[in-house]
Amino acid sequence: MNKLLTISPSPHVHATDSVNKIMYRVILALVPALIWSVVVFGLDAVRVTLVSVISCVAFEFVIQKYILKVTPKISDGSAVITGILLAFNVPASLPWWIIVIGALAAIGVGKMSFGGLGNNPFNPALVGRVFLLISFPVQMTSWPALHAVDGTTTATPLALLKEGIKNGQPVHDLMSKLPQVSDLFYGNIPGSMGEISALMLLIGLAYMLWRKVITWHIPVGVLGTIFIFQGILWLVNPDHFIEPAFYLLTGGAMLGAIFMATDMVTSPMNPRGQIIFAVGIGVITVLIRNFGSYPEGISFAILIMNAFTPLINAYVKPKRFGGNK
Amino acid sequence: MVKTFKTGGVHPAGNKISAGKAIEELPLPKTVNIPVAQHIGAPAAPVVAKGDKVKTGQVIARSSGFVSANIHSSASGTVVKIENIYDSSGYPKTGIVIAVEGDEWLETIDRSTALKADFDLDSKAITDKIMEAGIVGLGGATFPTHVKLMPPPGMKAEVLIINGVECEPYLTADHRLMLEKGAEIVVGARLLMKALNVEKAVIGVENNKPDAIKNLQEIIKDDNRISVMPLHVKYPQGGEKQLIKAVTGREVPSGALPIAVGAVVSNVGTVFAVYEAVQKNKPLFERVVTVTGKSLSNPSNFKVRIGTAIGELIEAAGGLPEDTGKIISGGPMMGKAVATTEVAVTKGTSGILIMKEDESHRRPMENCIRCARCVSVCPMGLEPFFLMTVSEKQLWDKAEENRIMDCIECGSCSFTCPANRPLLDYIRLGKSKVGALIRSRKK
Repeated sequence: MNKLLTISPSPHVHATDSVNKIMYRVILALVPALIWSVVVFGLDAVRVTLVSVISCVAFEFVIQKYILKVTPKISDGSAVITGILLAFNVPASLPWWIIVIGALAAIGVGKMSFGGLGNNPFNPALVGRVFLLISFPVQMTSWPALHAVDGTTTATPLALLKEGIKNGQPVHDLMSKLPQVSDLFYGNIPGSMGEISALMLLIGLAYMLWRKVITWHIPVGVLGTIFIFQGILWLVNPDHFIEPAFYLLTGGAMLGAIFMATDMVTSPMNPRGQIIFAVGIGVITVLIRNFGSYPEGISFAILIMNAFTPLINAYVKPKRFGGNK
Repeated sequence: MVKTFKTGGVHPAGNKISAGKAIEELPLPKTVNIPVAQHIGAPAAPVVAKGDKVKTGQVIARSSGFVSANIHSSASGTVVKIENIYDSSGYPKTGIVIAVEGDEWLETIDRSTALKADFDLDSKAITDKIMEAGIVGLGGATFPTHVKLMPPPGMKAEVLIINGVECEPYLTADHRLMLEKGAEIVVGARLLMKALNVEKAVIGVENNKPDAIKNLQEIIKDDNRISVMPLHVKYPQGGEKQLIKAVTGREVPSGALPIAVGAVVSNVGTVFAVYEAVQKNKPLFERVVTVTGKSLSNPSNFKVRIGTAIGELIEAAGGLPEDTGKIISGGPMMGKAVATTEVAVTKGTSGILIMKEDESHRRPMENCIRCARCVSVCPMGLEPFFLMTVSEKQLWDKAEENRIMDCIECGSCSFTCPANRPLLDYIRLGKSKVGALIRSRKK
């Protein structure tokens, strides 16, 4: 035989999974919510998403090629996901130049400054979103009314509730002024583009679980903790605290639990660690929502728990075969 | 509820393309190259010299310690030389090269094929015969069997587990043995039970071999000490520790041997060799080898004399295909890629797998995305991504703390990693360094 044989160490076969496939499956899971946002917010949703995605991909390419001076690799889909998630976290009426700044913060600061894919400690889309929230508070909290043609704005249910409770109105009164649970579930409410429809997000979750992109531990952990902790508060004082089921369906809880907290790079790497991480997010979210000055707390909660992920990984180990001595 | 092991595991494609092929005896080659180290432990010491005439089954190298094994000639002829030859490890090892002349067996060997089920030997006599016959684990680890039959003081075996799992894709040698030599295997099991002084034996077989399961169940139906346990198809169910877990529910502690939980595990091929050694006085000098691959025209299971060049097996299976990229000794998950077809079949060679050129190359490595799939598939509950990083950075104490020595090198981690990271390569490096550190500490 003339040809040389290949020699490499075992294993000599490989599963068909790849980073690209995982990323594209996440994008597919985001499509139902994306479609819904276009139905509700019209062309604005398309504009915001396109600007966000294109900026994120462009910044990743430019930073890799000209600043880090490495071969640019944008085909894995991770920058696209950051772009979509950033778009999902902002109002559909956000001006394009603010979105671009957000993309720079998300990709430049949140991801590339740490070494690119796999090296960032914080969820890049949330870094972008929080950066924008603090820098442009007015634009970031002006929510377009549904199907608005003339740019009228309105407040999200959570914001209304927060205001009302602060002013001493009992919860029961406030609840009657708010959208029905079914509206919340399907998404006929004002809010950030991606957070409004629980149903669309749950469809995305079901797809990701089926395709084994993520496991149930983080989404169930986050939502379960919010439900239980808020449930305890509500049972203690139903006039002052909103009922837990309603709580789950408003704000960014669903989007956060399903798509942001589950980001692989920034979450712990075994089921026990993931549950601890998820419970932490749930607790901090409920605390900020009820006792902090922001109506929505999950973005901060996730970023705070991201900071704990390395610690959780260091101390919470998987169950070893033969016993954890 | 079909039993399995709980932690980790992967599902590579089975590709058992040779499962329907009955075992064929391969004609004798012109030369046999027999290494003196075909087992775990000290290499055997040659007891023949250049020019000596030997018979089939004659001892040509003697065990040189407790953990060692005898080596026997697999053919009759003249010793041509004793020199370094290459085996599947890629390293040169001392080997005895014999020019084959005829096939004259030692007179003491019983060549009849009739089943001999009765025996009248005690535990020590059985163990001695096994030791004399040079029997080592044929599952691939090649651990000297007589050592397993002599537990350290204070430890006692409770159950004999026979490994008919064959979880590696492509390999079918054990499957065929269970179908064609089931009765002999059961006698071998009884011999081992006597040697170990146990009253219970379980034959573990993966569910993808229903005919073998049925055959064995039929054979043992009147013996209530032996049972067959069908197992869920999941790699690496055939790993000793995973098999013990599935069969007994017990986990062998880190750093301990199976005997610590009362189990002794033996491959079906080894059990068959025990039958031949004790009942027919036949030492270990041949074994069944699967020759397989998608491009081969005649994937088969051959009975092969130790020392035969693998090129002969490939010829008999239809010849080396044009599009061959890699030749593997063993299965695709744990086997070793070999450099030439002159490498000889040894006691640990369970299969020869021909991989096509387009299947032979690794995909480029990407950044770790911390998806933790490697953690979820590791059957030992380790964190391969972390062990790779600490091995890269030479943090050997961290590697040891995180149980790198528990790794069974099954390859599930590298198999699964979506970023194509060479996890097992680095873990093997770490294991060799940490192992050396541990040994130097003991001195």
